[in-house]
Amino acid sequence: MNSTTANSMTSEPLLSVNSLRVYFNTPEGIARAVDGVSFTVAAGETVGLVGESGCGKSVTALSLLRLVPPPGRIESGSSIRFNGKDLALLPTEELRQLRGNRLAMIFQEPMTALNPVLTVGDQVAEVVRVHTKASRSEAWARAVKMLAQVGIPDPSERAKQYPHELSGGMRQRVMIAMALILEPQLVIADEPTTALDVTIQAQILELLRDMRDRTGLALLLITHDLGVVAEMASRVIVMYAGEVVEEAPVHALFENPSHPYTEGLLAAIPRLGEEAARLKTIRGTVPPPTAWPSGCRFHDRCPYAFDRCANEAPMLLQVASGHRARCHLIEEPERRVRGVEATASVLS
Amino acid sequence: MSESSVAPKSKPLVMPNSASASPLLTVSNLAKHFPIRTGVFRRVTGQVKAVDGVSFTVNAGETLALVGESGCGKTTTGRALLRLIEPTGGSVEFDGVNVLSLKGEALRRLRRRMQIVFQDPYGSLNPRMTIGAAIREGLIVHKLAEGAAANTRVRSLLEEVGLRPEYATRYPHEFSGGQRQRVGIARALAVEPRFIVCDEPVSALDVSVQAQVVNLLQDLQRDRGLAYLFIAHDLAVVAHMADRVAVMYLGRIVEMAPRASLFAMPLMPYTQALLSAVPVPDPRIKRQRLLLAGEPPSPANPPSGCVFHPRCPHPAKDAACSVIVPPLEEKEPGHFVACIKQTPTRVDWDVQRAAGGSIPPERYLPRAQ
Repeated sequence: MNSTTANSMTSEPLLSVNSLRVYFNTPEGIARAVDGVSFTVAAGETVGLVGESGCGKSVTALSLLRLVPPPGRIESGSSIRFNGKDLALLPTEELRQLRGNRLAMIFQEPMTALNPVLTVGDQVAEVVRVHTKASRSEAWARAVKMLAQVGIPDPSERAKQYPHELSGGMRQRVMIAMALILEPQLVIADEPTTALDVTIQAQILELLRDMRDRTGLALLLITHDLGVVAEMASRVIVMYAGEVVEEAPVHALFENPSHPYTEGLLAAIPRLGEEAARLKTIRGTVPPPTAWPSGCRFHDRCPYAFDRCANEAPMLLQVASGHRARCHLIEEPERRVRGVEATASVLS
Repeated sequence: MSESSVAPKSKPLVMPNSASASPLLTVSNLAKHFPIRTGVFRRVTGQVKAVDGVSFTVNAGETLALVGESGCGKTTTGRALLRLIEPTGGSVEFDGVNVLSLKGEALRRLRRRMQIVFQDPYGSLNPRMTIGAAIREGLIVHKLAEGAAANTRVRSLLEEVGLRPEYATRYPHEFSGGQRQRVGIARALAVEPRFIVCDEPVSALDVSVQAQVVNLLQDLQRDRGLAYLFIAHDLAVVAHMADRVAVMYLGRIVEMAPRASLFAMPLMPYTQALLSAVPVPDPRIKRQRLLLAGEPPSPANPPSGCVFHPRCPHPAKDAACSVIVPPLEEKEPGHFVACIKQTPTRVDWDVQRAAGGSIPPERYLPRAQ
């Protein structure tokens, strides 16, 4: 099976995640939040990581920076290669050097990610001071310049304000300034616009696109919003129940979704300008991470499921160049016929 | 992808001020001002005009969507008309009854007919009460059923919202977000309302579950003839659910129109920007986006004249916009817009000029280009 992903022919990709497993001990048993996830991000590329709550996308993001909160742990055998170094094994001090420098993260809720008792200028400047030999005043000057670049009006005055004095959109701009000030090679953005209003979201996405085009950074964009992915990403990875279930170039994913889960997700979104009497649904709910179903983890919600699906876990199979899906239907396409049950009403 | 198809709703569209039948709900000049208190003596030094003169109607069996961004007053409007918070002005008439004058027992009787479904059903369910008890509460309070009859009602309500009847003995924490929202809906339905304020009922849900709840709300509307005030910020869901849409900005309705008209030809520059900001789940579409500068101002200190004027991209915007408060005018059949620069307007050019206007009104349709 050809498992070559985009841009990996010539040299090693910027980020290469292999067999990532992140488990949590819980009273209900071991939660296998991320359970054997592999993907790559090439230099300058924007990859969308999508899925619904509990699919493991945010834990994946946190684990790349080794920020998984306890009792979560990255299992041995997981590898996170960034620029030739394995972040899973790197000594903490070296990892700290990379974080915020070559590798940065933007969180969903900047109010909890920013320090409430430091001015935003100090927080942006601190990133510079930690990673460079800049003096206090040089760092402050760079911070103010960066705040201007992310579209904060009157930046020298705003820099003296505290996070609570800024709006949600402005706080997210501060987070982006902190993430980008040292021109990282890779930015991991975890739902960067989810908490924002749609007009402010449009501004922030525009800003991220603009910074990406200017600095050539690679972006791993974690989101549940397929509209945001369609707009921003060149490649998409879909997660379900702790696994990658499909990965494809963005056009291929939207035009030819091959995993029934991806197909179901795309069919379930209402769209502006399309009149549908009824929305398509996916029956049932996401299973808990302590008890993933046997076989294919989607089989009990899948409209095409057949006997093999409950018993045998499918591999990621090639659909087309750069397009893979974790589904037996790739091998048995004639089975892509909806069962009788699938049209029945949804009883949870 | 075949699914048992249901005929699209064919409900008569009744416009505000229509003469045919009287609406189920008529809201006129509704206001909710919160006092700003400062200093040692907590003196009132200003007012936050969260809702500032909002008028609309909802007909029986109709869905009116109320959309806008955080702080626009849409949630406050929904709560004020139910008197979950007391309005500071205006009038609300429901089924011929003046809601704002009711007290005690009469108000409680009215609450049977007007219900609310919240965004976060977890926050609105008592964690120590089984969901059966939570649903039964309304039946008992309103003396609709008791004893075994009440239990039977609870079970059939659970079935109606797509939950198993035996779930009645479980507690809220045992349910997923989508299931809890179904419980919230069952509880609202228990007292057989005619009108439900749905306050962001699907915003906290994942896409696949959101679709289930949206379909459920539509089925219930069809089966029970319910009217909804559907408060939401997700415009795609609104485009799917609503018969008519009202757009709020800084405590006021700035545009109100039948769904098709609003989405095909938004006329208020704010609505135009709002619609163009929605990301489209189709990578083939690369849209010219109308980016708004800045952020909405504070409702404690709203701009004079048209509240949107500091951010407005209308090419005819001029000094008159900061002076004249634009009336909500009918610019197309059933399509109401608060903008003195969007033709036609009753605010004559002479009046605009007297207020400092320098550019005559013109029809601005940036999306149609």
